[in-house]
Formats: sequence, C-alpha cells, structure tokens
Amino acid sequence: MSSREQILARVRRALADVPADEPRTRAPGDGFADSHGVGPTLEVLEDRLHDYRALVRRVAPDRVAAEVAAALERRGAARVAVPAGVPQEWFAESSVELLRDSREEPVPVSGLDGVDGVVTGCSVAVAETGTIVLDGGPDQGRRVITLVPDYHLCVVRADQVVDGVPQAVRLLDPSLPLTWISGPSATSDIELDRVEGVHGPRTLEVLLVGSGD
Amino acid sequence: MSATFLGIPPFPEAAEKAVNDSQLRHNLRKATHTIRDKRASVVGELHDDWQHLRSEGAAVKEHTLRHLDHYLEQLEESVQRAGGQVHWAADAAEANEIVTRLVKATGETDVVKVKSMATQEIELNEALAEAGITAYETDLAELIVQLGEDLPSHILVPAIHLGRSQIREIFLEQMAEWGVPAPPELTDDPKALAEAARVHLRERFLRTRTAISGANFAVADSGTLVVLESEGNGRMCLTLPETLISVVGIEKIVPTWSDLEVFMQLLPRSSTGERMNPYTSTWTGVTPGDGPQEFHLVLLDNGRTDVLADTVGRQALRCIRCSACLNTCPVYERTGGHAYGSVYPGPIGAILTPQLRGMSSEVDEALPYASSLCGACYEVCPVAIDIPEVLVHLREEVADSSGHLGEKALMAGAEAVLSSPRALGAVQRAAELGRNAVPRHLPGMVGAWTDTRDVPDVPAESFRQWWDKRGKERG
Ligand code: SF4
Repeated sequence: MSSREQILARVRRALADVPADEPRTRAPGDGFADSHGVGPTLEVLEDRLHDYRALVRRVAPDRVAAEVAAALERRGAARVAVPAGVPQEWFAESSVELLRDSREEPVPVSGLDGVDGVVTGCSVAVAETGTIVLDGGPDQGRRVITLVPDYHLCVVRADQVVDGVPQAVRLLDPSLPLTWISGPSATSDIELDRVEGVHGPRTLEVLLVGSGD
Repeated sequence: MSATFLGIPPFPEAAEKAVNDSQLRHNLRKATHTIRDKRASVVGELHDDWQHLRSEGAAVKEHTLRHLDHYLEQLEESVQRAGGQVHWAADAAEANEIVTRLVKATGETDVVKVKSMATQEIELNEALAEAGITAYETDLAELIVQLGEDLPSHILVPAIHLGRSQIREIFLEQMAEWGVPAPPELTDDPKALAEAARVHLRERFLRTRTAISGANFAVADSGTLVVLESEGNGRMCLTLPETLISVVGIEKIVPTWSDLEVFMQLLPRSSTGERMNPYTSTWTGVTPGDGPQEFHLVLLDNGRTDVLADTVGRQALRCIRCSACLNTCPVYERTGGHAYGSVYPGPIGAILTPQLRGMSSEVDEALPYASSLCGACYEVCPVAIDIPEVLVHLREEVADSSGHLGEKALMAGAEAVLSSPRALGAVQRAAELGRNAVPRHLPGMVGAWTDTRDVPDVPAESFRQWWDKRGKERG
C-alpha cells in the first residue's frame, strides 16, 4: 500500500464516528461582518498605512504624474524597475530611467538588486488592515520586482479600496500569485523591539489617487 | 551542528531549571505581556465580531477534520491541476527522505528555509545535513537559534529566551562560518542586529536555487498555499528559487478560498497582535514566468491521524499556531518553551506533543500536567480549542497507565504559578471567566506543600475534580 493509501485509510478509520451521511460541504457562516465600520474608507486606509510607518499621499487623479515624479525625486531615484504594463502616463513628468520587466523579458535579479526602487499599481487594498494586495497583473508584474529593490512606490486608486478583509478575499483570484503587503517588512525577534525593514523594501510609499466618490 | 529536543528532561525538572533563570524569566514576561496587550487591543477593535469569527474559524476547521479524507484528495487534485506535485509522507522519516530526494534531484547542496513548525517537528535540517545538504534558516529568530546551536522556545518568537547582547555575540562568533560575517563593530542595537542579518542573508537569497517552506493554510478547492510572515524572508524563499518544496501537516487544510475571509482576520490579530502581518504570500501550483517553476507539496501525517482518532483530542488539530495560548499561560510565562521538550511549547504543546508522539516517554506523560487548568488558553484560542478539556482527558490516560510521574509534573506546574503574583493575577482573571475558585487545602501530596504556603485563588476547581476522580480510580 502506498503512503497515500495508507494515510487516507488511517484518516477514514480515525473518523469512524462521523456519520456517513454528514454533508461534505458546509454553508459558510453569515455570522461575521464584511467590515467593522471604523470610518470613511480612504481615511482609514491612510491612517493604517501611517500606523505601519509607510509614506502616504492623497493625490488628485490629474496629479499622478507630478506626484510620481516628486516622490522619485525625494527618494533620489535615478533608475527604477516597472512592470511592462504600467501606465505610461504615470511617468510623463519624471526623468528617471525605467527598467521594464515582464514574464517574457525578465530583468535578472542582479539587475533588480541595483535599481533605486520599483513603481507598481495594485489589485485591491483593504482599509481596515492597511493592506495592499498585488496579483501579478500588468501594472504589478512579477513578484520579485517588488521584493528585491529597497523602495516600493505603489499607486492605489480609490476604487480599488474596500473596507474589510472578506470583501478583498471575494475580489481576489486565488489562481494568481498574490502578495499582501501591510507596511514595510518588520521584525520583533530581538527582545520584542520592533525594527522596520528587514528583507524586502524597507520603504513603502503609497499614492492614494482620487476621492472615492 | 544543530540541537534537538532529545535529552531534555521531563517537564518538572526542566521547569525548575527555567524558573530559576532570571534573564529568561525577564524576557518571557516582557514578551508574553507585550504581545498579550497588543492582541487584546486589536481583538477588541472587532467587538462582537471577534466571537463570530472565532466560532466560524472553529466550525470550518472542525468540519474539515471530520471530512479530512475528502479534502486531502481535493487538495491533491487542485495542486496537481495547477502544475504542482504532491507527495504523501506517513511519518517523519518518510518526509525527510522525500525532501532529501527532491533536493538531490536539483543538484543543489544548499537550501533556504522559511520558518516552519512541521519541518522542525520532523527534524528535517538534521536529516538533510546527513545527506550533505545545508539548510539555512532565514527567519531572524530561527537564524539566531541556528547560529547559536540553540533550540526555539516560542512558536512566534523562537529566540525570545535570548537577550540582545547574547545575540550580538552569536552573530560575531558564528556568522562568518555560515556565510557573510557580521561587521566587527556590530553593536547590540536591534536595528544593527537586524541589518547584519539582512546583509548576511541577502547574498544567500539571491543565489540559492531551492527553498523549503511550510504553510499556514492549504486551500482544498483552489490548491492555494498561504504563508504569513513579517520580515520578507518568506517572500524571498517563495519567489526567488527555481524549486520550492513545502512540507505541510494534513491538518492545515481549509476547504475553500473564501474561508480565508475568516482566518486572515483571526490569525494576525491573535498571533502578533497586528491588524495584519506585513507580508502574506499565496501561490497556486506554478505560475509560468513568475516564481519557482517546480513546486512540490509534501503532505505530512506523522501521528496526526492518531490525534484525529481521539474524539476528544481531535480538536488539537484545529490549531492555527497563533501562540496566543503561550502568551496567556501563567505556567509558560514562568518556565519558557524549552521545558516542554518539543517544538510545540505552551498549552498547545502540552496537548499536541503527547498525542502526536503517542505518550511514548516520561516527557510525553508529564506534559498533560504542565498546566494549572486555569482555562486562559481556551479563552484566547481563535479556534476555540478547549485545551483544559483535552488536558484532563490525557491525564486520565496517563493515570490509567502509570500515573507516577504526573504528580511531580503537577507540582512543577503549580509551583511555577504560585511563586508569581502576576501569574496569580492571570489565574484570577481566568477564574472570573467562569471557573470556580478553589479549596484552601488540597488533598494528598499537594497538600503537603500547601501547608507552608497559602493557596489564594488557584483555579483548582477542575484541578480538584481531576484529583478526586483520580484518587477514586486508583482506589
Ligand atoms: S491552540 Fe489555539 S491559541 Fe494555541 S496556538 Fe493553537 S490556535 Fe493559537
């Protein structure tokens, strides 16, 4: 008997007390909330991101290019990685060199290690938890590009922001590789003192675009 | 090269040693109280919804366990459909053998690892070392433990028993042997220590082509694996290598993707006391052009089906390893993690370890007594595992077989609590939560030392019940 068969047989034997006609599917409980009404969505997201010590700016839709340029300049970035599908107009006012990355034409890791940052969009953001989710879409790219550079500038549209975790889970496609980001990386492993920035980008900056109306 | 839990004395002796270690006690108190407070505040934010999420979490896990055969087959199919390969390991030896074979097939002799309880349980690093493969731990605390040839003492913060100056020394002495050395001017500032770890590991991440992970959840319907972390070392291991091998206990399954609505709220708030942990990665099989192009899932039994067969003990398999029960436990706070003689310390360890290992040793038989049965662990458990119920159940089993060692263990557990006024505070709170207060005098052996010590509010109602019952059973 293979180990597969052996384990399944052991499981079935262990579950002898479970009635044979007990349904194998269960209706999800509706007892829990979609969100917890903590305040206006965008303000809450902004507050949570501040809490994680991410940099956040509210930006009018016609000001994205100017704010991207200003953020990169503040950072002193000269070369940044971008996913190939990132909107061209975001960089209309920047003079930085863009390193385009795609699954077909990937920038090698050593190249990503040398850039000054990465600029992406996102798939969904969760206000209550200050979470930004990337799903590898055209303006988000391969997972590695938002991991190796030390600075991540993320453009979040107001219409991508939901209040609570359940709403986000429903919008996300599990077949895609997802990265949930809630502030910069951190550790509390040494005497429980929080240190921000271990691996992954040590600085996360978010441009929150639009008013959500 | 690395330490194991083999040879750790049974709980009473190990606990006594720990209680006398003041650095350890200081660290433990600070850690458990800080995390406990943070947890209480972010759980409080959700008001009544927390209890809804908690019962939903418990119900999802309970349902999954009751149909585990079905969900295991579904998970296997989903992972295979998405381009992953699935392996089944009946025990630790088989899991180690599978992983060793898979790593050898890549031709690599170095692997990077994400913190994983399952691989610690099976002592994978030691097995790989025997095959000439070096496994590099990449979680900061695990790195400290590995470099220091030490043992983890907490599920969430495994190096919590060490202070910053000890960590500095370990880095200065050991990093060079393992790779990029620590800078000679290294201070004991946690920022500087974290930076040293970043530099030490970075080069390793960028060149290692095989990674080993565990998973917090494995989703049956979509075939998705989920890893929650803080530092980004997980993302590095899950993204950069060409081959990824994940060793996952068969109890980690949840049926559907939408179940994560619940667990992605329960786990971070209950574990680190954050609204959300910094990074969560989810992946489903292989994504062409993005991340590892070869993915292996090793499904691990290693005693879990024995736990499943016990209708009372089964609930221990719901555990999502948040460590809230450790942080709230008055006994853990005094003894630390090593005393439990297993990778699973604290209240969950006291019920999981003896069941997984089948009460095969004195260490295992002592574990169900490493508790004052105050019930605080049950109150905080995000999947409502009634740990005291399982403890009492296991004590009955021990009493039926030998019963001798239990008394000593019981003394050690109670001693750890009674010698700390703060711990008694916790115990009192637990008592307020519904368990009745205690007799002034305890019968039998325990009575002997309560003569010299007032027993204020030990939550000994259930304790006493157990004691009485046990007395009757032994005639
Ligand atoms: S038993 Fe409950 S509280 Fe303890 S680690 Fe597991 S899930 Fe968390």
